[in-house]
Amino acid sequence: MHPAPSVILFSTLSGLGFGLLAFLGFGIPQPTGFSAFIWFFIAYALAVGGLISSTFHLGHPERALKAFKQWRSSWLSREGICAVAALLVMGLYASAAIFFATPLPVIGWIGAALSLLTVFTTAMIYTQIKTVPRWHNITTPAMFLSICIAGGALLAGQVGIAIVLLIIAALAQLAHWIIGDKALAQSGTTMATATGLGDRGAVRAFEPPHTGTNYLLKEFVYVIGRKHAAKLRILAMALMVIAPIVLLALTQLDSVSGSTDHILAALAVLSHLVGVFTARWLFFAQAEHVVGLYYGKR
Amino acid sequence: MTTLPTSTDKKLGLVIDLDTCVGCHACVISCKGWNTENYGAPLADTDAYGANPSGTFLNRVHSYEVQPSEGAAQLIHFPKSCLHCEDAPCVTVCPTGASYKRVEDGIVLVNEQDCIGCGLCAWACPYGAREMDAVEKVMKKCTLCVDRIYNENLPEEDREPACVRTCPAGARHFGDFADPTSNVSILSAERGGMDLMPEMGTKPVNKYLPPRPKDRDRSEDVDILAPFLEPVAAEATGFLGWLDKALDAMPGGKT
Repeated sequence: MHPAPSVILFSTLSGLGFGLLAFLGFGIPQPTGFSAFIWFFIAYALAVGGLISSTFHLGHPERALKAFKQWRSSWLSREGICAVAALLVMGLYASAAIFFATPLPVIGWIGAALSLLTVFTTAMIYTQIKTVPRWHNITTPAMFLSICIAGGALLAGQVGIAIVLLIIAALAQLAHWIIGDKALAQSGTTMATATGLGDRGAVRAFEPPHTGTNYLLKEFVYVIGRKHAAKLRILAMALMVIAPIVLLALTQLDSVSGSTDHILAALAVLSHLVGVFTARWLFFAQAEHVVGLYYGKR
Repeated sequence: MTTLPTSTDKKLGLVIDLDTCVGCHACVISCKGWNTENYGAPLADTDAYGANPSGTFLNRVHSYEVQPSEGAAQLIHFPKSCLHCEDAPCVTVCPTGASYKRVEDGIVLVNEQDCIGCGLCAWACPYGAREMDAVEKVMKKCTLCVDRIYNENLPEEDREPACVRTCPAGARHFGDFADPTSNVSILSAERGGMDLMPEMGTKPVNKYLPPRPKDRDRSEDVDILAPFLEPVAAEATGFLGWLDKALDAMPGGKT
């Protein structure tokens, strides 16, 4: 699949933003006044920034409001509704915390749940796609959610929880890669079933329908950087999980001063962000859509 | 509404005969022509006369070589357009309701005024039947020529999809699969009409007729038409004979 930067940026930034919103909603931490403003500003900047970036891949972003209609069947529609609901409810919670120094726990819990639900719906947009066997399994939502929660803990400065959650996220990401690598072969979809000609002999794509390229090839049969996939996976894991854990562990040393703590924590978040971005790039770049079989490209 | 109808009154679709298709791509061109000039946004071409031409097509013809374990390989031309699936995954993923399956005849359509161009329906289609138009930025797909088949301004014989109407080999057939006595139902039943990627659970309406096995090995055959292709006049006579001699007699005529 073509790794569209706007979509990768969206899932990376919004995932982190909604993760932080979830922690803030659950009251970990529970800031008030100006410090609450800073916390919520960061969370909203990430979540809303990601959402805005996602509209850049639309052909007609001016019609985006129509996308809230089909929640009964469409995960993309559900995502839009959940995202807006989460941002509104958390906005209410944030206002109470910033202007009245009164966090409203129930509102916070609802907002936190909606934030996590938003990330779940994002994951389901990909999970439901049967034509990409790598995505069509439980590791996709497990990976999206665990990375979102771990990133939220990291950003919320919850060192102990963050280390545990980062390890869980790493396991989910690994499972996604291991199961994903075998998914197309196990799906049973081949050139034989695609053409229906398999029981007659070995099928080979003899001539494509066109001499140039087309939308299908650019969007679904896109191959880029696959030869670097193994290196990129190691890099993604190192930046997303290992470096942040090491940096967080350093903040726990007594010899490290308070201001150094903040720098180390900021580095941990930055490293995590770049790592997630790399993993999400691979999520698209390595995804094999079955339509490639018609072109003999799988 | 992007939830699928539980059943449709008719199941309009195509039978594509892989035995008969000669791979001439006439259906591709007639489809492009009709659907550029009629229903919805035109099918754009980009860099049409340049180095990297690309365009939107609703119907494309692949060619496959099938090598059996014994005997000669077979070349099979394989037209592919929307299969108007009963359980169309492209419809349910649509966030705006732009994609829908009609209750009256089962045709899967896109309301282009509601399409936000997110591309998710094309992701969900295993057959590559949907293409985002590079200029209009909306999703294009086969309409089964919905603007021909019910069009009373056209002569009756033209009220079928452009690809079916134009096929010189008679490899494409249009009809109602809900009616067991229809041409397409009978054809599909008699010839073992098959689904593409049945494991995807899309329940395609369009059926493909498998190529008939070759009845004998023709590799040693002498072309029975060859004798008729010999030059008709080996020896020129009459006026042409005189002309032949006259031209030979001219300076530089005979070499």
